[in-house]
Amino acid sequence: MPSTTTELMDVTPMIAARKLYKRFGRAEVLKGVSLTIDKGEVIAVIGPSGSGKSTFLRCLNHLEVIDAGEIVIEGDTLVDTDASGCCRYAPEPELRRICRKMGMVFQQFNLFPHLTVLQNITEAPITVKGLSREAVIPQAEELLRKVGLLEKRDAYPARLSGGQKQRVAIARALAMEPDIMLFDEPTSALDPELTGEVLRSMRQLADERMTMLVVTHEMAFARDVSTRVVFMDEGEILEARAAREMFASPAHPRTRAFLEHML
Amino acid sequence: MTIQTRIGRRLVGVARHDGMTYFLEILQPLLEGTGVTLHVFLLTLALSVPFGLGLALLRLSPWRLVGRVVNGYIWLMRGTPLMLQMLFIYFALPFVPVIGVRLPDFPAAIVAFVLNYAAYFAEIFRAGIQSIERGQYEAAKVLGLSYGQTMRRVVLPQVIKRILPPMSNETITLVKDTSLIYVLAMNDLLRAARGLVQRDFTTMPFVVAAAFYLLMTLVLTWGFQYLEKRHAVYDD
Repeated sequence: MPSTTTELMDVTPMIAARKLYKRFGRAEVLKGVSLTIDKGEVIAVIGPSGSGKSTFLRCLNHLEVIDAGEIVIEGDTLVDTDASGCCRYAPEPELRRICRKMGMVFQQFNLFPHLTVLQNITEAPITVKGLSREAVIPQAEELLRKVGLLEKRDAYPARLSGGQKQRVAIARALAMEPDIMLFDEPTSALDPELTGEVLRSMRQLADERMTMLVVTHEMAFARDVSTRVVFMDEGEILEARAAREMFASPAHPRTRAFLEHML
Repeated sequence: MTIQTRIGRRLVGVARHDGMTYFLEILQPLLEGTGVTLHVFLLTLALSVPFGLGLALLRLSPWRLVGRVVNGYIWLMRGTPLMLQMLFIYFALPFVPVIGVRLPDFPAAIVAFVLNYAAYFAEIFRAGIQSIERGQYEAAKVLGLSYGQTMRRVVLPQVIKRILPPMSNETITLVKDTSLIYVLAMNDLLRAARGLVQRDFTTMPFVVAAAFYLLMTLVLTWGFQYLEKRHAVYDD
């Protein structure tokens, strides 16, 4: 980097989560999870089911409300906890502005069934950003070309395969031009032969230096694409290390047991 | 001579004379009655659908107390006869302190119909809104849509498709329920027909009235079929 100012700006983490606590009734799902993500990092979050991976991800963009902790997105405080242990979220407009920096892809796609593929992608830019239809269509078509689905632009989601739906979901999230992409088990609902096309789109995104946080069971993706792998178990992060190191020599016995079981 | 045979003779008489002339003669009052029926029907529909939607949204709002009040309202409106409600608003409301107003017959009927039908529509809307998966709300939220935008752009368009069949049912029922306004002595289609039957001792006005009702419900059936077809371009 040539200029010092850019270097300084790059130091601000994209996501800084400190000591997140979350419980559902009596079940403690997150027990003090902390993680800092820098610009351009691709983080794979792995771990057994029920370990709190998805909940952690969903807390970051306010789909779940934390009980305690602090979340700062690109320097803006989404939520913090004061000395008395009282959890305070940013006021509504600020909250929405911060959350808009993060795009999200769901396990179940959650495409809008009543809209065509193109309309799914243009809906938020038109409704939320107030852009004109003419202005957003070229961008939407470009995104569709990128995920290889331009010929499906006028199809309804029900006519698509799972892999195609998920690629549309990725394009839809990208249309809002987020700085960070969150993926919640994006390939878990897919037939095995369809995961490849989705992972390819994600890999392409990683190559473009998008900051990504991916909850996944795809060990190959975690190993080959991610810059860091986070292992969660029972609501805690047990290890967060460079992908290569993590797979070569997992430090924690539970990580080792999990990886042996998965590979 | 029994009534039946008298009507029978009269029918024969009509047939021997000119059925067509008689038909044209009763057409005028029956069409006027149809006008009253349609007036009540359209006004009720136009007002009770938005009112019902508002009730459904309040019922589903996070404020518990509001939800309970709406629940109580729906129970009251569905739990008592529409005719009783109409009589109450016309005859008893003027004596209720504070809110008591004396309404002329037509507004009284409309108020009763709207209050009553909104309760039924509210339940249809509520069921429809609750049938939309949570993932739709989450997808809208992460894209930055506000609650209002989510409802308008994502949830309600899908709700409409799902509630068309029950809405069609309820709307067709409304056409026939309009005949209840006879208790306020208003000349809707059925009361006009009954008046003619009693005057002329022939059942022909009933037959014509039935045909008119069938025609109205046929148009509605077609209308809803068209809407269902239009919404069938996508599957859930």
